[in-house]
Amino acid sequence: MSLSLRDLTVRRDGRVVVDRVSLNVSQGSFVGLIGPNGAGKTTLMRAALGLIAAEGFSDLAALPPSRRARRAAWLPQAREIAWPIPVEPLVRLGRRTDPDRRADTPAVAEAMAAMEVTHLRDRPATELSGGELARVLIARLLAQRTPLILADEPVAGLDPAHQFAVMALFQRLAGQGRTVIASIHDLTLAARFCERLVLMGAGGRIVADGPPAQVLTPERLQQVFGVGGSFLPTPSGPVFVTLPPPPSSPAPAPPDPADP
Amino acid sequence: MSRAPLLLSLAALVAVLALASLLIGPAGAGPVASLKALWGGEGPLGIVLREIRAPRAVLAVMLGVSLGLSGAALQGYLRNPLAEPGLIGISAAAALGAVIAIQAGVSTLGLGVPAAGLAGALGGVGLILLLAGRGGSGLGLILGGIAVSALAGALTALVLNLSPNPFAAYDIMFWTMGSLADRSWAHVLTALPLMGLGWAVLLRAGRDLDALSLGEEAAASMGVDLGALRLKIVLGAAAAVGAATAVAGAVGFVGLVVPHLLRGAVGAMPSRLLPAAALGGAALVLTADIAVRLVMPERDLKLGVMMALVGAPVFLHLIWRTQVGK
Amino acid sequence: MVRAAVIAAALALPLPAMAAPATTATPPRRVVSVNLCTDQIAMALAAPGQLVSVSHLAREPQSSAMVAEAQHFPINHGRAEEVYLLAPDLVLAGGYGGASVALLHRLGVRVIEVPPPNSLQDARDAIAQVGAALGREPEAAAMLADFDARMAALALPTGGDRPLAATWGANGYSSGGATLAGDVLRAAGFSLLADRLGMQGSGYITLESLVMADPALIVTGTPYPGASRAEEIVTHPALSSLSGRIVHVPDPLWTCPTPQLLDALALLATEARIAAGHPAGDTP
Repeated sequence: MSLSLRDLTVRRDGRVVVDRVSLNVSQGSFVGLIGPNGAGKTTLMRAALGLIAAEGFSDLAALPPSRRARRAAWLPQAREIAWPIPVEPLVRLGRRTDPDRRADTPAVAEAMAAMEVTHLRDRPATELSGGELARVLIARLLAQRTPLILADEPVAGLDPAHQFAVMALFQRLAGQGRTVIASIHDLTLAARFCERLVLMGAGGRIVADGPPAQVLTPERLQQVFGVGGSFLPTPSGPVFVTLPPPPSSPAPAPPDPADP
Repeated sequence: MSRAPLLLSLAALVAVLALASLLIGPAGAGPVASLKALWGGEGPLGIVLREIRAPRAVLAVMLGVSLGLSGAALQGYLRNPLAEPGLIGISAAAALGAVIAIQAGVSTLGLGVPAAGLAGALGGVGLILLLAGRGGSGLGLILGGIAVSALAGALTALVLNLSPNPFAAYDIMFWTMGSLADRSWAHVLTALPLMGLGWAVLLRAGRDLDALSLGEEAAASMGVDLGALRLKIVLGAAAAVGAATAVAGAVGFVGLVVPHLLRGAVGAMPSRLLPAAALGGAALVLTADIAVRLVMPERDLKLGVMMALVGAPVFLHLIWRTQVGK
Repeated sequence: MVRAAVIAAALALPLPAMAAPATTATPPRRVVSVNLCTDQIAMALAAPGQLVSVSHLAREPQSSAMVAEAQHFPINHGRAEEVYLLAPDLVLAGGYGGASVALLHRLGVRVIEVPPPNSLQDARDAIAQVGAALGREPEAAAMLADFDARMAALALPTGGDRPLAATWGANGYSSGGATLAGDVLRAAGFSLLADRLGMQGSGYITLESLVMADPALIVTGTPYPGASRAEEIVTHPALSSLSGRIVHVPDPLWTCPTPQLLDALALLATEARIAAGHPAGDTP
């Protein structure tokens, strides 16, 4: 088991942001965390990592910080970089907790190659475009070489080719036995690359959890996101597309707790 | 890596400037005679070299290391190039602590005054973190610094004016602008323990500050204990700046100018900036202290005057760039 | 007589606003002193009841040689309003009376300004001037005679080898030749570092210059309570490494024309003999 959460609950100013989430993610899977804005996806991942206080249990949060850093890498949504640090040493920051110093250089080279940023290695990170910086920060994440990766909106702001590349990379990493949990707003990408989707609704509860075809039903899309959607057949297999809501649709209703 | 050559050349620069500092003063003896006098020369020149100029040069190095290192560490922690002990009021708060201790009768030659400087600096750092917040905007930091500086400066002036000693009021210039004139080995020994403690703590924070470049969340996820890091930075900077201010007054801009000049040369990585800024700070303070003696050999021109002449333009440039960057 | 001439000059010269020229037919009956030096001269010379107030400095041990005597007089702070309300018929002021003294003049109060003494001769003149203003010439004459007798008894050196001396105070402040302290040091048999450095009045000497001059005598004053950074220079370790002696002369002793001025002179004359290599040659 790569990640195990039981009844994880986060309150902020007395309001429940993540509500009794239980989740087990097994090794070698690529899980997409989806849900509307404010559903608590980011908060759930932070709480799972132990970066914020939470009630309930997370096996990851229970670890001391340096051991946790060797087990799980975290990509925050904010692409923050304080100083004009060149790309290569920035990616190398991901190596800080691995006691195996000899692995540093190959890990950094491999991560930069995977994110196609090797040619930027000497450029100050503050001078990069948004998409380039995003790839550099993912390279830092990869350089950490952890069995578990949690990423908050890893593909936001990337051009379509790089979106595909990142998702394909995560899929490949899962195939190699690592575990990736990523929050993703683009349902099409999520449905295409993730083997499992966890849908969070308002109030911070899990509304649905399963393979994309089971989670992305028209009723649930209507209920949770207020949009329509459907899988369309294409030459490269079925592709999920979101559609405008049906004309007479009511506003999105609160999620149904009875839903699995 | 260009790391070792840079540190070596900075160390060589410090050595050359320290030597120059030993050779400059109103006594006006030639370099050869001065150096001969330094090594066991009898008579007045020997006393001038060993008891007046040598402690002054050593104290300049210690002051520069403390301020350069604290500036680099605070900037790394607050992720803001404007964070500087003088500008954000830590030095002023340290001066207040030292002044209160001295007026309360604590001997200036014991550990008590540097410790009081540390206490004052802690208050200053605490207020700044409260007012500006970590990773807060440059504006919040500078406004908080103005508030802390103004409050500490006013209270310092008040304490000195209330002193039964009429000369205490003359000391206001010293406490606000700083000076290394006529310090002795006693001051060196007084300041060294706390300063050394501060240096050791700050230098050890480098790797954590590197990770913090990616933001608090990323740093925490990479195993940085943010609470422990904050404690290190606050205590380290307060000890170094507090002890430095207790013996030399509040000298501004060193911690601003030095990291700014050296950041590019070390690839902006905080852990590599720290030792470079320490040596660079020593070089800058030595230069300023030589300059005040060249400009006005007979008068005690305050160190802060020289530093402000160099530092204020750098400060304005940084503000301009921060504003344009937004 | 020299003294009469001096008094005449002093009275005629700098005081255009003096209402009634000092014919002193009737001595003043309510005298207020607002200056430390006139305080001490007046306390020494005035008739009982004649002096109604002295300045607050007269009670400060840091500046006054007559703290005990000053307890018998109400103190003032030299402000025109409080002085005027004391209804004085004579105000004794120093040379730096400023706005308060100017205002008292305008209010028609008779003010005599006695310049701060910058030499032993000035000190004598001040005693005579205050004596005349108070109508106490015999007392002033007696005080000056005592002054002269004690000076003669000191058998001060007149020429020969003059060892170097310097006063040394906060921030490196040192008395110049044209000061009372400088004149006392010269009279005691020293040459002055300030003179050698070409300083006119008092001024600041760097610690290095002092050490390089290696004077035979360094005279320090009384440190004030409550430390100051400015005074730390007085106790700098470099000074104790020097070969010369360091003596301590409390400031009140040689700030004003008081009998204690001669105590300071006697102490320094002894130091001069030690410095010149004939110690313990006391008064003959």
